[in-house]
Amino acid sequence: MKKFLSLLLCVISVVFCAMPAFALSDNEIEALRGTKLYVYNWGEYISDGEDGSLDVNAEFEKRYGIEVVYNTFDNNESMYAKLKSGGVSYDVVIPSDYMVERMLNEGMLEKLDYSNIPNFKYIDEKYRNLDYDPDNEYTVPYNVGMVGLIYNKKLVSAPPTSWTALWDEQYKGQILMFNNPRDAFAIAQSVLGLDYNSEYPGDWRAAAEELKKQKTVIQSYVNDEVFNKMETGEAALAPYYAGDYLSMLDINPDLGFVYPEEGVNFFVDAMCVLKGCENKAAAELYINFMLESEVALANAEYICYASPNTQVINNPEYTFYGNEILYPETSVPTQIFINLSDETLSMMNTLWDEIKNYQPNQKLTIESNKYAIYLGIFFIICIAVMVHKILVRKYRENY
Amino acid sequence: MKILSKIYTFLVFFFLYIPIFVLIIFSFNESKSTSVFTGFSFDWYLALLEQEDILNALKTTLILAVGSSVISTVFGTAAAVGIDSLRKGWLRSATMGVTNIPMMNPEIVTGFSMMLLFVFASKLLGISDSMGFGTLMIAHITFELPYVILNVLPKLRQTDRNLAEAAQDLGCRPVQAFFKVVLPSIKPGIITGMIMAFTLSLDDFIISYFTNGREFQTLPTIIYSMTKKRVTPVIYSLSTLIFFSILLLLILTNLIQYLNEKKQNKTSD
Amino acid sequence: MNKSTSLKTKLLNSPYIVWSALFVIAPLIFVVYYSFTDIDGNFTFENVLSLTAYTDTIIRSVWFGVVSTIICLVIAYPIAYIMAHSKAASQRTMMIMVMLPMWMNFLIRTYCWMVLLQDTGIINTFLGKLGISPVHMINTPGAVILGMVYDFLPFMILPIYSVMTKLDPSIVEAAQDLGCNRFAVLRKCVIPLSMPGVISGITMVFVPSVSTFYISQKLGGGSFELIGDVIERLYLTPNQNNVGAALSMFLMILILICMAIMNKFSNSSEEGMVI
Repeated sequence: MKKFLSLLLCVISVVFCAMPAFALSDNEIEALRGTKLYVYNWGEYISDGEDGSLDVNAEFEKRYGIEVVYNTFDNNESMYAKLKSGGVSYDVVIPSDYMVERMLNEGMLEKLDYSNIPNFKYIDEKYRNLDYDPDNEYTVPYNVGMVGLIYNKKLVSAPPTSWTALWDEQYKGQILMFNNPRDAFAIAQSVLGLDYNSEYPGDWRAAAEELKKQKTVIQSYVNDEVFNKMETGEAALAPYYAGDYLSMLDINPDLGFVYPEEGVNFFVDAMCVLKGCENKAAAELYINFMLESEVALANAEYICYASPNTQVINNPEYTFYGNEILYPETSVPTQIFINLSDETLSMMNTLWDEIKNYQPNQKLTIESNKYAIYLGIFFIICIAVMVHKILVRKYRENY
Repeated sequence: MKILSKIYTFLVFFFLYIPIFVLIIFSFNESKSTSVFTGFSFDWYLALLEQEDILNALKTTLILAVGSSVISTVFGTAAAVGIDSLRKGWLRSATMGVTNIPMMNPEIVTGFSMMLLFVFASKLLGISDSMGFGTLMIAHITFELPYVILNVLPKLRQTDRNLAEAAQDLGCRPVQAFFKVVLPSIKPGIITGMIMAFTLSLDDFIISYFTNGREFQTLPTIIYSMTKKRVTPVIYSLSTLIFFSILLLLILTNLIQYLNEKKQNKTSD
Repeated sequence: MNKSTSLKTKLLNSPYIVWSALFVIAPLIFVVYYSFTDIDGNFTFENVLSLTAYTDTIIRSVWFGVVSTIICLVIAYPIAYIMAHSKAASQRTMMIMVMLPMWMNFLIRTYCWMVLLQDTGIINTFLGKLGISPVHMINTPGAVILGMVYDFLPFMILPIYSVMTKLDPSIVEAAQDLGCNRFAVLRKCVIPLSMPGVISGITMVFVPSVSTFYISQKLGGGSFELIGDVIERLYLTPNQNNVGAALSMFLMILILICMAIMNKFSNSSEEGMVI
């Protein structure tokens, strides 16, 4: 059914493209032909033509003759690090809310010309003027979503309702965890009932202790590797984004999903244009294109995240129309991420580093001591062999 | 003893080839799974043809491998001749020491340090994105050069210096003497060096990962980003194709070599 | 004549020297520079001092490197010996077969091992069909070492093999004539004479296995890190390039020391053998 629908969408979109409504004049658009647009987006975060879905980038290229150079990242921090370290630059990036705020504060973003993005009118009122961009001058929401707990019904005895399931000894070696500090800390903070955006060092240390405890039961830290691991039943429990659960469900019907009672992170991923962008008109054209009802629908169908686009949400043909997980009616307790102060950020990074380096209690001392002892023995043997060789030589020289 | 060694050989090669069998078998898998075989199909080969980014990466990788190996061969051979003509002393040992650095250094250090250099240079020059094909090329040439030099140097040492001088006495200009006398005798070293450089460039992941920038993905870096996402058997079908084309290439070159040797043996008889 | 030679020498050498200075020496200077400065470029020892946090990681990496090198050597030596002593035609085939996996991307081969070793992977599914309870293999140190041995084994086989083919058979014959049995020939002739191959094999396996970063992520599950993983992670963390540089510098020094010891070791043993 989904396949058929996507095919249908393809056809519709091709028909529709004959009559687009644009603020950029045809001449201006024509002038962009042959230019390049650099887009930096999350992995698995655009409809790419697989299984007959609409290949969004190809469609954009075909329609406007602008080449899309498309790269992906797997978390906000690595995206920011790459941009910050220099050496690369992009036109359009799609960070999450708190990262938008940080980049805005550091002057990394360019103001958008909303008259070039007429489709912004489709964005639901409640997703406009959000805290990270109060006057909505820099961003256009791409997707919204919440973090939740994905579990494999076959491997879990009873459906979990709390984040503490991720600390459950019973599932030792079958638990996955976020491989990025912000999301990982948020889970520990939920368990402890702390504010995600706390500026008290003590809160972060407490959360870090909690994450260290978790290391005994964890199988591995993942980002998008979670897809394969959950789909094949390699792991039983994983925190991840609600939308991704729906796309995994397509492949592994044994998966279940819950919004843990302690509360979850609500996020908005927003399209922005970077300062110093070489092709701003094309970037705005791209953002506008992404909001077109057919394109937005194709993306929403493929990525399975909740859409901020009214053309999608109110479309009864949409596979996830009124879906309980994406658009829950009962309110889930949520918190949003706010950009942290520099001190807190660097503390979070240091703590994360400690966590990654940490070896669970008894194992820690035993394991690294063990290796140190082995190494010591190895070097002693090496030295002994050398000394032996030299002695033998001396002995022979003497006789 | 004979049987024992046969069993051992079999076991070692079995170990070397299990993953390759796995990927060949699963490239024909019907479903998306990379670990459960459900049925035979060619779907993933067809899907591969539609993945433009992979094809682009293949193109980049090949251009990069050919370009960098040719440049590093020419450059490296010249450098080897230069080093060979240096008299023993601090300059020679310093040059040799520097030549050894990219070989000895862990790839991750080479990659990371090059990244720091390029980033610094781009900040200095005020370019927003310095990373690209140029930086990839520079990085590849740099780590390939030592392999070319160290393959050519021993051959140069084996060459009789008097030969070149004799050629010059007979009226050759120095350049002519080099091309007519020295070059043929060091040719095997140059060819081995070039093949090594080509292979290294084709297979390099770590250094490309740190220096490729936004626009140019090589095959290994694209494979890396693919294994970070949802993995489909497309990667397998791609590797299977690579495997068989290399197998074919190796068999062909060996066959040609074998036939040449046979011919030579006959003529010498 | 002499003058023209020195001119030629200069002409041939200077481009290479300039290139090396720019792209070999300068990056290393940057590594050192970044190690001793903070983000704003002020001199600091903080990065280097913060490396103490990675003591466990460093010890683990070196130990894994040593173990995988030894295993590679143990597996590779007999196979190289067998290869060198088989018929010319089969030597050629075996050479191709050893080299072929090297041309395949190591990322894919490592990924395949992950698929093989997983709890729901191919080996365990197979065992399950035979009625044997599944064995937990992935995400253990053993799996990481297996991955390293697998990926770097050809680098050990090839140098040993190439030294062995150059070994003069008349030496072996001479030893046999002098009354050595097979074992003594191996111990007194073949092993000492193949030492250069062994040494270069050890170098070629040890260096990449100490510094690898992909194998441990896929086969170790990211629950324990190696030096390479830490460098990559620091590269992808905002504002951590300086610590990454310090760790790279440390790794470089570590490798250089190991190489120096290796060389010392090989020299003294070679001298020992001449007598």
